[in-house]
Amino acid sequence: MLLDCSHGLDEWKSTTFFSEAGLLELQKKIKEAFEVFDHEANDTVDVREIGTIIRSLGCCPSEGELHDLIAEVEEEEPTGYIRLEKFLPMMVKVLSERRYRPIPEDLLLQAFEVLDSAKEGFLTKEELVKYMTEEGEPFTEEEMEEMLSAALDPETNTIQYRDYLAMMVIDEN
Amino acid sequence: FKAAVLIQRWYRRYIARLEMRRRCTWTIFQSIEYSGHQDQVKLHDFFSYLVDHFTPSSQNERNFLSCMFAEERLLKDSEMETYCDYESIEVPDYYTGPHVSFPLLPDHATALVEAFKQKKQLHARYVLNILHEARKYLIQLPNINHISTCYSEEITVCGDLHGQLDDLIFIFYKNGLPSPERSYVFNGDFVDRGKHSIEILMILFAFMLVYPKEFHLNRGNHEDHLVNLRYGFTKEVMHKYKVNGKKILKMLQEVFCWLPLATLIDEKVLIIHGGISDKTDLELLEKLERHKIISTMKYTKKPEKKKAAEESRSISAWFPLKSRSVPSSPLRLSPHKGSRSASIPCTFTPDRKEIFKKVRQSVQLELKEGQQQMDFSEFKDKEPLRFPLESEPNSCDFQGVNQEEWKQVVDILWSDPMPQEGCKANTVRGGGCFFGPNVTEQVLQKYSLQFLIRSHECKQEGYEFCHNRKVLTIFSASNYYEVGSNRGAYVKLGPDLIPHIVQYQANKTTHTLTMRQRISRVEESALKALREKLFAHSSSLLAAFKSYDLDGSNFITLNDWSVAMESVLHLGLPWRVLRPQLVTHTINNMLEYKSWLNDLAKEQVSHENIQSSLLEVLYRNRSNLETIFRIIDSDHSGLISFDEFRQIWKLFSSHMNVDITDESICDMARSIDFNKDGNIDINEFLEAFRLVEQSYLEDKDSELKGSETNESSCSGQGVH
Repeated sequence: MLLDCSHGLDEWKSTTFFSEAGLLELQKKIKEAFEVFDHEANDTVDVREIGTIIRSLGCCPSEGELHDLIAEVEEEEPTGYIRLEKFLPMMVKVLSERRYRPIPEDLLLQAFEVLDSAKEGFLTKEELVKYMTEEGEPFTEEEMEEMLSAALDPETNTIQYRDYLAMMVIDEN
Repeated sequence: FKAAVLIQRWYRRYIARLEMRRRCTWTIFQSIEYSGHQDQVKLHDFFSYLVDHFTPSSQNERNFLSCMFAEERLLKDSEMETYCDYESIEVPDYYTGPHVSFPLLPDHATALVEAFKQKKQLHARYVLNILHEARKYLIQLPNINHISTCYSEEITVCGDLHGQLDDLIFIFYKNGLPSPERSYVFNGDFVDRGKHSIEILMILFAFMLVYPKEFHLNRGNHEDHLVNLRYGFTKEVMHKYKVNGKKILKMLQEVFCWLPLATLIDEKVLIIHGGISDKTDLELLEKLERHKIISTMKYTKKPEKKKAAEESRSISAWFPLKSRSVPSSPLRLSPHKGSRSASIPCTFTPDRKEIFKKVRQSVQLELKEGQQQMDFSEFKDKEPLRFPLESEPNSCDFQGVNQEEWKQVVDILWSDPMPQEGCKANTVRGGGCFFGPNVTEQVLQKYSLQFLIRSHECKQEGYEFCHNRKVLTIFSASNYYEVGSNRGAYVKLGPDLIPHIVQYQANKTTHTLTMRQRISRVEESALKALREKLFAHSSSLLAAFKSYDLDGSNFITLNDWSVAMESVLHLGLPWRVLRPQLVTHTINNMLEYKSWLNDLAKEQVSHENIQSSLLEVLYRNRSNLETIFRIIDSDHSGLISFDEFRQIWKLFSSHMNVDITDESICDMARSIDFNKDGNIDINEFLEAFRLVEQSYLEDKDSELKGSETNESSCSGQGVH
């Protein structure tokens, strides 16, 4: 369980959360990521991009958790924009409390195995699509298509999930 | 359920990280592109300075100076007949390219498209012929073309093409060839960067001549020989046409300046290449003599007398760039940011007078030396183009527009929209302005317009609405930065004037790659460009890193690294986000900076015997170097004398405060094989330092680009 999902944990290790200098550095990091999406250069970001920012900072929340986070930083009257001054403290807290940690590789593998009811080592295209678009927090059509484009083995029309996972993990690093 | 959620969670995070990388990549490309613009401006600053402050003390010196700027004169008709004549050029029997005869017929134009698809090259004679006819036609057009949707059912407006023939061919394939029922407006920037600028021009001019009522062109900021010197069109023409290239280049100047400045559809939709300013005056634009603006890069006041010239500065709509303490990224221009002020610090610091003096003295000295070494008589023997000028070096007859008129045109061709209200100088490009939604509103109301269509900026989706959908940016060069970087788009308007956008991406490899692969590919390209830039600043970076390495351990923290990077490079990039891509080996979160810099250098350097600091300087000024070369090589022979180069380089480097010794330049040049007669073959010289993109010579990406495409379309909603 404590297998090092190293890409995410590297970032956790690289910030010391309890020193003042560490805090300052953390804030700068968050601010930088925020600014990449701040198209009008006025310290606001479209609420639809907040998820991307939070995830790129090393967190791995579910959609539900994400919505909660957004609710925390939204204005009382939602404007469609999130302001940096609200986002920053929230994010600092999230990161220093190490919430929404990335998922270790073996856990992911287990998840695939759970879906693979026949225990054959692969999932058919139909199975994956069904699970991803009907269960859990369903994918949009676009998300599904994109996942399939990389995961699907065109010759067998199956998802060899062990290989797929292995490839994704390497890619991340 | 839980398993599904887990996988979805993980996957979404993966996608988010990809998205972040994609944004950063885009940022890198844009900031490097814009800093290139600023180099260009600096260079012209330098030449303007030369013209204003250097007092030639002899006829020879005047000739030397004037030959650098001789190109700026427009030809008189008689001169054009003799110099740019095409009839004397014979088309050999073995020529397999397309033939063209006048009057031009639609079939000829279509045949041209077909021929270029098959990679044929149009013969110089025909090129010149078409240019002559194009010029004759353009002369009688007004500055602003008024067209109407009642002549044809739909008007298609296309943006920047930048020499990317595949995109033009795709547009004609998907949307149909121009015809009396199918009108087109091409909104400037047809040339530079891509490898088929001349072919694009030929096609566009051909259709313009064949369907004058339906086919319209606007001038862009790249329809300008000074810009072409830097951005590749000049190089392309010389490479493809060699001996006749010079004639073609000269003729192009004559044609570009006659291109209309704007197009107006139904008196309601204004199409200009760049944008507007709060001073934009359509009446003024209609009246001015547009052909007198040969280049928007340089405007020189006629020096009254020699003494007066010393006091007056070269007046320029090209105001000084931001000082080094402010980031030059186009993304971070908010006036609200405390550290980024909206005021433009002047580069004319108090020191400048000293520098002027110093340079002027050294210029005088150099030229005196040069006179002895150079044989000025060679100027007289050159092509008839080397007109013997009158006694004043700048008795140019191209001043026919006053400064206000000139600035109006610069604004039209160079401005960009911004989200904030107001109108301020466009310090990223060095000319034109940033205009806000209120400026758009103001101009639209003043002239009872519905909306603006402009181009000039690359957009990821090929198009972008802003200012409450009153401004539409349309950009037609897909894969502009790199394969997979962006889509191209064009917009169709019917009598209802509702814009319908069609997007595409003209490269067959893009849709066989997964998103991850596409992004990685573009990203790698951006990072490579960025690393080269980093290398070019190695010394400054080393100094900055050292200042953080207080205990002399050769290690600095990653935080310090981020701060140092921005302080040296001023690119406004998110360094902490990019860090994992740029710095791969850290120990305990510390970076051993010297070896990191060495690794950077290893990637670039191919000559061990060249001083690396010199190479650094070369890389940093690479595009300026090339431009200087091409300016000096005013007869486009491909050769310049070593002395010519040395002198100009010396002047340039003292103007730019670059520290370089004469010996270093000599050593460096000697280590390359070049003709013993003291001439430098430009391409050889640049190639030796890999300063010339090899792909231009090898043309390997012509294999990658297929004619298959990946397209999608969507309609914009109504505007108004």
